[in-house]
Amino acid sequence: MQTEKTTIHPLFVRVTHWINAFAMLMMVTSGWKIYNASPIYDFMFAKWLTLGGWLGGALAWHFAAMWLLMLNGLAYVVYGIVSGHFRRDFFPLSPTAIVRDAWAAATFRLQHRLGAYNAVQKLLYAAVVLMGIGVVVSGLGIWKPVQLQFITGLLGGYDTARIVHFWMMTGIVAFVAVHLALVLLVPSTLLPMITGRAPEHHVRGEAA
Amino acid sequence: MMSILTPKRPNLADLRPALAKVERRLFLRQALSFGALSMLTGCNWGSDDDIEKVLWRVSRFNDKVQAALFSPNRLAPTYREDQITNPFPFNAFYGEDDTPIVDGSDFKLEVSGLVEDKTPWTLARLRALPQENQITRHICVEGWSAIGKWGGVPFRTFLERIGADRRAKYVGFKCADKYYSSIDMATALHPQTLLALDYGDKVLPPKYGYPMKLRVPTKLGFKNPKLIAAIYVTNDNPGGYWEDQGYNWFSGS
Repeated sequence: MQTEKTTIHPLFVRVTHWINAFAMLMMVTSGWKIYNASPIYDFMFAKWLTLGGWLGGALAWHFAAMWLLMLNGLAYVVYGIVSGHFRRDFFPLSPTAIVRDAWAAATFRLQHRLGAYNAVQKLLYAAVVLMGIGVVVSGLGIWKPVQLQFITGLLGGYDTARIVHFWMMTGIVAFVAVHLALVLLVPSTLLPMITGRAPEHHVRGEAA
Repeated sequence: MMSILTPKRPNLADLRPALAKVERRLFLRQALSFGALSMLTGCNWGSDDDIEKVLWRVSRFNDKVQAALFSPNRLAPTYREDQITNPFPFNAFYGEDDTPIVDGSDFKLEVSGLVEDKTPWTLARLRALPQENQITRHICVEGWSAIGKWGGVPFRTFLERIGADRRAKYVGFKCADKYYSSIDMATALHPQTLLALDYGDKVLPPKYGYPMKLRVPTKLGFKNPKLIAAIYVTNDNPGGYWEDQGYNWFSGS
């Protein structure tokens, strides 16, 4: 049996991944409580899913966790660009490859190789990074519609900025749902996100 | 109680603060949410009081960040008459029917603190000062917003008339409905901060804050006190009705 191991997630990516998971959890659950104070649509989030106890508590959590989310996210994006992580792991990304891999996945013929992303994964990871940027930018547009009015204006005004913020959150939550479902389907992906390492034969894409 | 939060019904907006009042007792003590969070993260943060202290400290840090972001010259966007929200929603920590009615005939606005002239102001004397009006967006801490038209005395003009110490840090407000709030001096001197006497070209009705309301388009709605009875200038942060319960003090837009 092959026991040689290799790094597939650098330490920087692992640390920022888990800080982001923690910050996102706080931002989303407190955000749901804030949403409930004046819902945009004809539904509210279940109270037990929300953080903060009341609107003031939820806002306090939201405006504290935002620093963690923004600073950690900024560090990750700068690292992703400078280290070549984005270029190497998210690109090239072609529509043909996306259709090919999506079809292969739908017919259960897509091989999972740790450390190498298929085109659908590349698309989703690139999309969630963009939605992360989108949720922060629209959040700033809601928080500072006067001081940062160029952002609010770019988003079509205060009320549409709220709608954009809501849908960016929804996109991120949908991503997390798929992400967690896939970790359950392929549990061998979880440990490398903690230790950074996986058995060599997994990386080579041999039968897992 | 859930029906109170039914969306898209601004006439119920006035009931939300009552609900928030009940809810605030649960401030950060919602066992399920926090319990779930600590279980998921495996962190032991200690007691809820510790968390409350950290959140409170971050909120004070956010006051400083927002004061630094605040530009004394950047104006809030203004709107056209046809963009005004009609009816403009009522909002307070009590229901509309419970709004105190102030008798304007013998009303006098009290002025105190770091000012040269503490003579109380009649409404007639305030009307004799230069007047301005604005159509701006009122943004509530709850997330909804509404566009309205207010007229009155630029607050900077008023502060100049009473000889306020403009190096002082805060301006505090006490209201006839027991509400209270305070703002930073930089915001008090902003060209759009208005001591409003009118709403939509008519005398401010009680529900919008008769005899006067501070209109601050660079801050959230709860930083726009209505039914103002006393104004004072101070270096000790006077806090506010909601601010003392946990809403961020600066709450700039």
